[in-house]
Formats: sequence, structure tokens, C-alpha cells
Amino acid sequence: MEFDKELDARNLNCPLPILRCKKGLSEIAPMQTLKIMATDPGAVKDFQAFCKQTGHELLQLDEADGSFTFYIKKRADT
Amino acid sequence: MAKKLALIASKGSLDWAYPPFILASTAAALDYEVQIFFTFYGLTLLKKDLGDLKVSPLGNPAMPMPIPMPNLIQMLPGMESMATMMMKQKIADKGVASIEDLRTACLESGVKLIACQMTVDLFDFKPADFIDGIEFGGAATFFEFAGESDVNLFI
Repeated sequence: MEFDKELDARNLNCPLPILRCKKGLSEIAPMQTLKIMATDPGAVKDFQAFCKQTGHELLQLDEADGSFTFYIKKRADT
Repeated sequence: MAKKLALIASKGSLDWAYPPFILASTAAALDYEVQIFFTFYGLTLLKKDLGDLKVSPLGNPAMPMPIPMPNLIQMLPGMESMATMMMKQKIADKGVASIEDLRTACLESGVKLIACQMTVDLFDFKPADFIDGIEFGGAATFFEFAGESDVNLFI
């Protein structure tokens, strides 16, 4: 999957992955995609909740060896 | 219009320093407007030097300990420092943020931090003891924001 910015939030615990994600999204243009990796087991639910509440779109979620990779498309009107 | 979160932070130990800063920084990431009102022992969390934050197993039977430890042992000199050191090590090992980092994240994301003026006077704290960028106010200041908030929590 294509992306415009990549962030590594592995080995960080709640709420750091979400804070990194928010910062990463602020550094890309609307409709661009952020790729962010996390190992916090709570990250899946948290990223889903983050996207639901902020209106950014969770395009894809991959899991491999306890590591999660999220592709998040930034909302158009930000 | 952005949702609003109003918190009261009333505790000043290392463990209880986490909930207000975690909730505030996360809410800010979710585009909430956030204010934290620091009162009584919570004022410790606004000091420039957070090195005084400690955790004590005394009076907290739920704290996980490596070996069972009777209260009589926990009260010995140095036990509080040891428990604090162990907690800080655990925090670093597990990739949990430091209080400094979470507080900085709050300030950077526009969370408003308010020190209770009455407690500052009561404990003879000096404004110079506290970090820059905070405000001082009383209960009415808190309600000005809390009254129109979506979520209000006392911690």
C-alpha cells in the first residue's frame, strides 16, 4: 500500500502511539496517507477509536508477529 | 464545535500523576479542548522539577510487589525510594511515557493547565517553582470551563 509518511511507534505504550499518530497526521496534507507501526496490544482498538472520532480514515490494518501496521488517510477538511 | 474535557488533578504521587496527563494528552489528540485544574497535592505535577514524584507501597495493598512485604518493612527508611526506583525502571522497560513527556505533550497540544491559587498560598509555594505557561485561578475559574464541558473528571 502506498503512503506519504512513515512512523515507528513500536515498543511504545498507551497513549504514545496515538500521540505520535496525531503529530504525524499534522505533518502531512489532507488526503495523504500515514503509515504507522505499533506493538502495543491496545493499539488496534485505540487506532480504530481515534479514526472514528477524528474522521480520518483507517484504510488498512496489517498484523505480523505482534506488530501492527496502520494506514491512515488524513481527513479532507483539515 | 470541539468537545471539551475538564479534569481536576488532586493527587501528587508518581502513579497518580499518570491518569490526568494521559487523558488530557489523548483528548487533545482527539481534538478536544482540555483544561486541568491542579489542586492540593496535584500541584506537585506543575513543578519544574518532577524528581520529587514518588510512589509508596504503604497503605496500598494492591501494589504488585516482587516479594510479599509486610507494612512494618515498608515503613523502613529508603523503602519508598526503592519502590520509586523500581517503578521508574518498570515504566522505562515497558515503553510507558515519562510524566515529563506527557506533560510536554499536553502543553504542546494546547491543554490549559491551571494551578489552584488557594492551595499555592496554603502550601507557601512560589510561582517560580512552577513551569511556564500555566495559569492561576480558583474554583469559579474551573467552573467557567467545566460548566460547558462534555466530560468532567475528578482524579
